[in-house]
Amino acid sequence: MRPRPAESARHLVALSRRSTVAMLRQPALIGPSLIFPLFFAALGASAFSRATALPGFPVVDSYLQYSLAGTVIQGVLFGSVTGAAALATDIGDGFFDRLLAAPTSRTAILFGRLAGASLFGAVQATVFVAVLTPFGVRVSAGPAGYVAIVLGGLLISFAVGALMSGVALRTGSAEAVQGAFPLLFILLFLSSAFFPRETMTGVYRRIADVNPVSHMVEGLRALIIDGMSAAALVRALLIPVLIGIGATIMSLDQLRRRIARS
Amino acid sequence: MTAVATSPTSTAPRSRTMRSARMLALRSIRTIRRLPSAFFPALAMPVFNMIAFSGTFYAITQLPGFPTDRSINWYMPLGIMMGSAFAGVGLGFTTIRDIQTGFYDRLRMAPTSRLSLIVGPILGSLVRVVLMCTLVIGLGVALGARFPGGILGVVCLYIAAMGIATAGAGWGLGLAYRFRDMRAAAIMQLSIFVVMFLSTAQVPLQVMSGWLHSVARINPATNVLRLARTGLVDASSPDALSWNSVWGGLVAVVVLSALTITFALRGLRKMQD
Repeated sequence: MRPRPAESARHLVALSRRSTVAMLRQPALIGPSLIFPLFFAALGASAFSRATALPGFPVVDSYLQYSLAGTVIQGVLFGSVTGAAALATDIGDGFFDRLLAAPTSRTAILFGRLAGASLFGAVQATVFVAVLTPFGVRVSAGPAGYVAIVLGGLLISFAVGALMSGVALRTGSAEAVQGAFPLLFILLFLSSAFFPRETMTGVYRRIADVNPVSHMVEGLRALIIDGMSAAALVRALLIPVLIGIGATIMSLDQLRRRIARS
Repeated sequence: MTAVATSPTSTAPRSRTMRSARMLALRSIRTIRRLPSAFFPALAMPVFNMIAFSGTFYAITQLPGFPTDRSINWYMPLGIMMGSAFAGVGLGFTTIRDIQTGFYDRLRMAPTSRLSLIVGPILGSLVRVVLMCTLVIGLGVALGARFPGGILGVVCLYIAAMGIATAGAGWGLGLAYRFRDMRAAAIMQLSIFVVMFLSTAQVPLQVMSGWLHSVARINPATNVLRLARTGLVDASSPDALSWNSVWGGLVAVVVLSALTITFALRGLRKMQD
């Protein structure tokens, strides 16, 4: 019997809370996705401080201001794998089957995990902005820009989390989810997360041009450097929404298949 | 008749130590052929680092004071050094697995020198590093890397890679003997990662500013990277191939290797207690 919408919403809230509490209880899992991006931001601020004078570099207060968008994307990409790996662990240790045996909303199983991951993405974006602001990083778009960056973190985390949840549901293996992580790392490096596309050349430039990570980073960066604009909002928020919709459809299909196999 | 307990280290003939070390090295090398899937990630990492860094920071060589105008000349040695260091600490992972499966207990019970248990696997990992280095240099040259320092520059790059791999292996083994489980793996990787990046990994000292400049100046990894890059920077650079640009790196790899191998030997002895 299909649960009523109110029941489904209650299941979603309960599973979201479980997912969030589980993350908070394991700081060793979430710590690296907060510390490493800040480490790289600090490293870049010292190593590339003179690079902002290079032709093709936008006019910025400092490299740290330039790198804030890349720091947010980097942290969110790394952090969003954690939720999907936890979903795979649920499948591996039998908790997923127990949820199926109970009259639980099927979609709440997936969206509960994604809600936890998205919330963590928003928290990450807030932490990165809060830590870098005392070092002189200014968001030109003002308060609305800060909100847009946090929202961007949430949406990107949802999109990547949905993509990785598809892998988790298909394989049921946390190792497989972790194994897909290098692909995210490659996508991050083959983008304008650390240096502008205008300073790249050849095949590398062409890959960065078509890489969606470049456009999401540049949307957030435009809010930070240039100020509020419709074009920046579209790139920072609409691209993750579109990826999120596609990835959710794929994950729901994998969920349906897994339920059919159970 | 009185049985006298003696340390195998002090009594075993040197030839027996070397024979055991050779057998353990061969065991390590055979896995490349038998399990190539385990070797490919060790090769993929330096290749990816080389391509990703030289592509992303392609324009960085335009900065005044940058010692080469080819980004791949600067980042190929970084890829090789990272790959070599991780190949070294990877020995720690293998050892943890051997400890957990009980294979290491059988090795320790064998009438052989403790030193061979360390030297053998290190020799095996050096063979892997030379193989990786050769493949990455070949690919780097195909992608545009050039050695203004000639063949001696290539030799310096190999020496730096083998040196950092030896130091990494000693560090990895020492941690493996002390922790004996995968908790050590995170410390191995994190420490190598931090030490490498707090050096001239990304840009030369004269381009850096602030806190990183102060840290990189005293970080021994900076000297090792200078040794690795000495054959790849322009002849006009102060780091171009000369005794001045080489000796610091040689001292660094010798001292680091001696310290970490001592750390590993002490860990192995404590394991027996």
